Amino acid sequence: MSEGAGVEVKPSSAGAGVVKDSETSEATRQKVVTPEYMFFEAPRERAFITGSEAAKEAIRRANVDVAISYPITPQSETMQQVGALWAEGYVKEYYRGEEEIGVMSAIAGSSRAGARSLTATAGPGLMRGMEVVASWPGGRMPIVLLIMCRVINAPLSIQPDNAELAYLINTGNIVFHAENQQDFFDYTLKAFIISERPEVTLPVAVAVDGFFVTHARGYVMMPSKDIKLPPRDPYHEAVPVMDNENPPARLSRDAPIQKSNFISYHVHASWQQEVWAAVERSRKYIDMYMGGLVEIVNPDAETIVIASGSAVSQSREAVRQAEEDLGERIGLIKIRSLRPFPTKELRDACKNAKRIIVPEFNCVGWLYRDIAAALYGHSKAEIIPGPRVFGGISLPTEMILQYIFPDKKFVF
Amino acid sequence: MNKERYNIRMAGIGGQGVVTASHILSNGMVIMGGESTLVPFFGSEKRLAPVESYVRIANGKIYEIGEIIYPNLIMIFHPQVITHGKSYTMPFYSGLKPSGVVLINSETPINLVADEERELMERNARVYYLPATQISREIADTDLATNMAMVGAVSAIMGIPDLPSLEQSVKERFLGKGFVVSGGTAALDNVIERKFAKKEQLLKKNMEVIVAAYNFAVEHGWAKVKDKVQA
Repeated sequence: MSEGAGVEVKPSSAGAGVVKDSETSEATRQKVVTPEYMFFEAPRERAFITGSEAAKEAIRRANVDVAISYPITPQSETMQQVGALWAEGYVKEYYRGEEEIGVMSAIAGSSRAGARSLTATAGPGLMRGMEVVASWPGGRMPIVLLIMCRVINAPLSIQPDNAELAYLINTGNIVFHAENQQDFFDYTLKAFIISERPEVTLPVAVAVDGFFVTHARGYVMMPSKDIKLPPRDPYHEAVPVMDNENPPARLSRDAPIQKSNFISYHVHASWQQEVWAAVERSRKYIDMYMGGLVEIVNPDAETIVIASGSAVSQSREAVRQAEEDLGERIGLIKIRSLRPFPTKELRDACKNAKRIIVPEFNCVGWLYRDIAAALYGHSKAEIIPGPRVFGGISLPTEMILQYIFPDKKFVF
Repeated sequence: MNKERYNIRMAGIGGQGVVTASHILSNGMVIMGGESTLVPFFGSEKRLAPVESYVRIANGKIYEIGEIIYPNLIMIFHPQVITHGKSYTMPFYSGLKPSGVVLINSETPINLVADEERELMERNARVYYLPATQISREIADTDLATNMAMVGAVSAIMGIPDLPSLEQSVKERFLGKGFVVSGGTAALDNVIERKFAKKEQLLKKNMEVIVAAYNFAVEHGWAKVKDKVQA
């Protein structure tokens, strides 16, 4: 790393067609810096902004070639702002697709063509696009998918409830769950770099609970908008770019099932094993760039709350109240990465735990299931499923305290 | 400073400035050096429709997000919230913490049914009736400063944010930049601004209403603070 504003990285010649802007525009004056400089060294200033604005600011600095999406509450605000970034020249191509299957397919083409690709959706939009989203990892497509979680089940609601992640985490996509506006900014920027590492070459979804984060303001520390990440280098990835004679393009164009079921089974098995191995290989970059798959508070406590997303914020306050008002130290594990899942980290952290509480913003309890599976045979702790809230209401800290202290009365 | 925090649920009807009041209280706390978050909650944006707003006030770090289910303080901006059920949260005191405060804008106590009286008593609720609209009319010659009276009484009852911070917050609300207001609110702001002709006059009247309600709370022994202040 050189002194000053970071190392200049030579732009690659690849990527989508560059829209030449005026030489004097701010976007064209953005300087390329190394990911390390962007993430750790660049001076940061504090802003009080919504989660949607935090995502916009991350995208401004992410050197994005193509952004395609279809609007859905609560995602619309973010992608509308990405449109503004396109008008200012920070994003090279941008358009509104006709619906999510089309959007997810279009962005897949963009990624396979070598462009740094971004899309975003929410709840029902993710479910609609899931057919294509589930095929991205096998296509070895570096894509960043922002998800602003929203109710997917009936009765209809636009409120934050993250049941949709139960489906996404089993597709081979890397999935991060941001707690707040700061996370949404940081994870989004880092997702591009992790997604495009040669030994990863996979889509990365950055999920956040809608409204609570997207439409509420929080403090975000951000580097200057005069710098941006280096462009995608599609010639140093796991599979060839723009080459229809090699996998994965060849595999979709000329599917093995057309030859023989047995060839198909073998190809599928080895291909998916490699996808999930690539998910695991992303760990080292999550450790390097994001400070690990988990954050642990009060590791020696007997009672530990394990959560992801907005449930972490609620748990932090419950843990604070337990300590300051009731004199009890409670542990807290924030899960940053849902895929890869922090199995080893949880086994280490929960060795001495007696009770584990898993608050969630959905009715299915997908995080509880993963935690119970990871700890089975590795912890003697009682793992308590809940508390949970349904339909997008906030999870009151009183409910978490009620689970921590079952003999006291917190909920009226 | 001691660690202090409280959570508010405000309920009123469209056009009363419930959301504006929550911005002023919230920003007042930030100006005082603390933290605050707010979540407005309304259906269709029209006059007389139910509006709620949730505000967290703290002189330390705030982590939680979303609506407040178990408030320490409930502010009822209009008697019809109780008498006509113009609210998203029924009964009006649902979730109130033990020894919590209910501040109701009404000149006279509202006749509650026996169950409501009993449940409020079981929670050891402190129910205060503030003639906020009357104070607003007497001092500012308009109903539109009702929300200012409510905010002023809260400052006295809870102790934070203090009056100088609230004054700065009111200034920023009507003179400053950075506040995103809805179309309906912007129209009402214009009505207020026309009515007072000059913004300076508007600020002065608003502050007088805030101080009068603050002193009303002190006089009635509701307040954490002991001393009345001069406008």
